[in-house]
Amino acid sequence: MRYNRWALYGLLCLAAIMIMAPVFIMISTSLKSMDEIRNGSIFTLPADPSFAAWRKAWFGDCTQTLGEKCGGLSSSFMTSVQIVIPALFLSVGLGAVTGYSLAVWKMKGANVMFAALLVGMFIPPQVTLYPLIIMIRELGIFGSIPGLILVHVIWGVAFTTMMFRNFFKTVPQDLLKAARIDGAGFWRLFWHVMLPLSLPILGVAMILQFTYIWNDFLLGLTFGGRSGQPMTVALNNLVGSQFGEKEYNVDMAATMLTALPTLAVYLLSGRLFVRGIAAGAVKG
Amino acid sequence: MALIPAMTITIVCFYGFIIWTFVISLTRSRLLPVYKFTGFEQYVRLFANERWWTAMQNLAIHGFLFIGGCVVFGYFLAILIDRGVKAEGMFRTLFMLPLSMSFIVTGVIWQWVMNPGLGLQEAVRALGWTGFEFNWIVRPDRSIYTLAIAGIWQQVGLCMALFLAGLRNIDPNIWKASRVDGIPVWRVYLHIITPMMRTVFFTVFILMSAIVMKAFDLVVALTGGGPGFSSDLPARFVVDHILNRQELGLGAAGAFVLLCTVIAVISPYIYFELKKERGGRGH
Repeated sequence: MRYNRWALYGLLCLAAIMIMAPVFIMISTSLKSMDEIRNGSIFTLPADPSFAAWRKAWFGDCTQTLGEKCGGLSSSFMTSVQIVIPALFLSVGLGAVTGYSLAVWKMKGANVMFAALLVGMFIPPQVTLYPLIIMIRELGIFGSIPGLILVHVIWGVAFTTMMFRNFFKTVPQDLLKAARIDGAGFWRLFWHVMLPLSLPILGVAMILQFTYIWNDFLLGLTFGGRSGQPMTVALNNLVGSQFGEKEYNVDMAATMLTALPTLAVYLLSGRLFVRGIAAGAVKG
Repeated sequence: MALIPAMTITIVCFYGFIIWTFVISLTRSRLLPVYKFTGFEQYVRLFANERWWTAMQNLAIHGFLFIGGCVVFGYFLAILIDRGVKAEGMFRTLFMLPLSMSFIVTGVIWQWVMNPGLGLQEAVRALGWTGFEFNWIVRPDRSIYTLAIAGIWQQVGLCMALFLAGLRNIDPNIWKASRVDGIPVWRVYLHIITPMMRTVFFTVFILMSAIVMKAFDLVVALTGGGPGFSSDLPARFVVDHILNRQELGLGAAGAFVLLCTVIAVISPYIYFELKKERGGRGH
């Protein structure tokens, strides 16, 4: 039995090392100089850790200016922030209201509508991509931040609605009856009873929507244009199109910078993330 | 009234746009939509297109390896954690950490690790095993497997979490009974627990298939579909033809075929979900 316990912990530690190794390599590479990378192995620790590559990834290299920009990630970081915050609140808010009306106010067709939304979560975005481009272009917001926000709300609403609707379905009917007898209307019931009840699910939905929107690539690539490039797109461009010699330490620092916001949210939120990810996994 | 925005989105942006894409796929559209119908000509062209078949074949290989890998490793990790270990929270957090990163980040990291000149291959050779070869990312016949490696690394934590939740739902009396009967632990898992987890396996399979069929970011960041088109996937084929190659009709046809594949896999799942609802019981 004791040997079994050792084997058990041994296997778990092995798995943990295998999962963490790429993350470790990313961080350690980003702290090395190019000479050290060329002459050493990816496993060795940086001999003289420096944040020079991080600085270059963030601010760009202003000695080879291309116009006004130096090519750093800082501007696309700001773009990502400007996209994520409004899109997050709008999609979660809309999902909460829709989920609430579907679950609580029994209307004709509520189940059909829910089924339609559920199917919508599985539709690959490529299928509706071109019509969506035309719509956004007609609205005159193609290649801009508002356009990307709208697209993210459209793609997020199915998922947030599903989360809230499934949660509100579990609220006891007696509570709803009591509130209605007290004369609570549609919005009062929502603001004063349901929304306060749904705080945990609200947290889960916010965390996951943040992760999805921040990590999105396809929508940013298609709808962002030049001015609305989110961080994932900028990272891919940086890594894909370097003139001259490739600077792997800058690439890795840029990767780390792109990953940091969602990593931080994950590590700080802990259990909420785990709870939600299963429910929202279909969005991938 | 409050339903109007979400309803509009569902009807117009999901179903309306699917029909629109289908209509485009029946036309000769190249750079811009032209509504001159040519029947199923684009589908004929699509099925005669070699790159499309490479992509579909890759989807099958990648899907099989990725889903299989996630299920096997995820279930194995879940069982290990379920054996009652200390620091369970820490292991869980570590295993799920890659999930919080985007496919682009995952792709870039693995591109570096698998770099034939300076990555894992060189590092292992430097340790003394000079014949070691791991240059799959630049080999047309192996590049598709690198996608599965990076994909499994990212998604295995999700599978583990789903399986672990399933294992925790197993009636503890089963364990008591099997201990009384003296059945070895591995046999309990293999012959008793695994069949009981049918629905969890089903869910994991569906979720992972949905991820595979949408897979676009990871290919772009890891291999760029290359070398050549050797690791291309249908989702990338579609985006490439719509956005870059001015082959709108052909892209739309590809998108529609992709959608049909998704529907074929997903419909049993949706059916069970709705049936569960109607039955009024949880699971």
